[in-house]
Amino acid sequence: MTETLSDLDRRLINRLQDDLPLVPHPFATLGEELGLSEQDVVDRVRQLRDDGLLTRFGPFFDAEALGGAFCLCAMSVPKDRFEDVLTKVNAHAEVAHNYERDHKLNMWFVLATESRGDIMRTAKEIEHDTGLEVLLFPKKREFFVGFRVNA
Amino acid sequence: MTLDPKDRAIIEATQAGLPLVPQPFAVVAETLGIGEAELLERLDTLKQQGVIRRIGAAPNHYRLGMTANGMSVWDVDDTLVDDLGDQIGALPFVTHCYRRPRALPVWRYNLFAMVHGASREEVLAKRDRVADLLGNACQASDILFSTRILKKTGMRLRGKKG
Repeated sequence: MTETLSDLDRRLINRLQDDLPLVPHPFATLGEELGLSEQDVVDRVRQLRDDGLLTRFGPFFDAEALGGAFCLCAMSVPKDRFEDVLTKVNAHAEVAHNYERDHKLNMWFVLATESRGDIMRTAKEIEHDTGLEVLLFPKKREFFVGFRVNA
Repeated sequence: MTLDPKDRAIIEATQAGLPLVPQPFAVVAETLGIGEAELLERLDTLKQQGVIRRIGAAPNHYRLGMTANGMSVWDVDDTLVDDLGDQIGALPFVTHCYRRPRALPVWRYNLFAMVHGASREEVLAKRDRVADLLGNACQASDILFSTRILKKTGMRLRGKKG
């Protein structure tokens, strides 16, 4: 898929992973950098989003700064109970992401709640619903990452 | 932190994304019944406060060929983990890097680094670079590949209750 991207699309995707200026015409600023008109930039970005190469355009919020709380959790789910447990875990709206991973701890999910206390309460509810232990891995420190996908 | 009601309205109006039009902020400001200049000013303040990390786009890793992801986990000397965590976060292929508590005896790892790549082989090669960097400060490690996305809704600020 990557080979069908034009050079321009690559430059746009890479540039859009950096911060855009807070000005009335942000796409005009981008256009000046890339040698395109404002409308061309808007159209290309829209196309990239419609094609699914960009998932979202807008502000990225630090949810903790908004007063939310997050916690990575893990469970060791017996194989023959996996789908049943999954249904019970995912039924909680507080479960924001959930991944199956190839480890004895095979279900890893993130709880996202509006307050710290809700993390523990939700974890207890999940333990009650499933009869399985929920391990909590709250972040103690986040290290700055400079990750970019090079399109 | 307590959010000003106007800031909260701004977040609710933009968390799903900005409209892709020449003047996206003017469009959002109009729906909120405030001026474009006030919206830009408030967004700038939210950015300075760290509530907004950046304004831009998120690429779809999968569509760009980054189809493998591994959660690499490391048992690192507690006195060295913060310095080393900074160095690992700075590696170009690490998307998230956190220090977390151990859960002994079942879980001895205190450093988590998410690694993305085009294949498992590529992710494993990158994992080796992390191992080189950690050297003797690391006693044990593992890598957990995701085999299935079970849910992915993300965090949404809910409308204020009452």
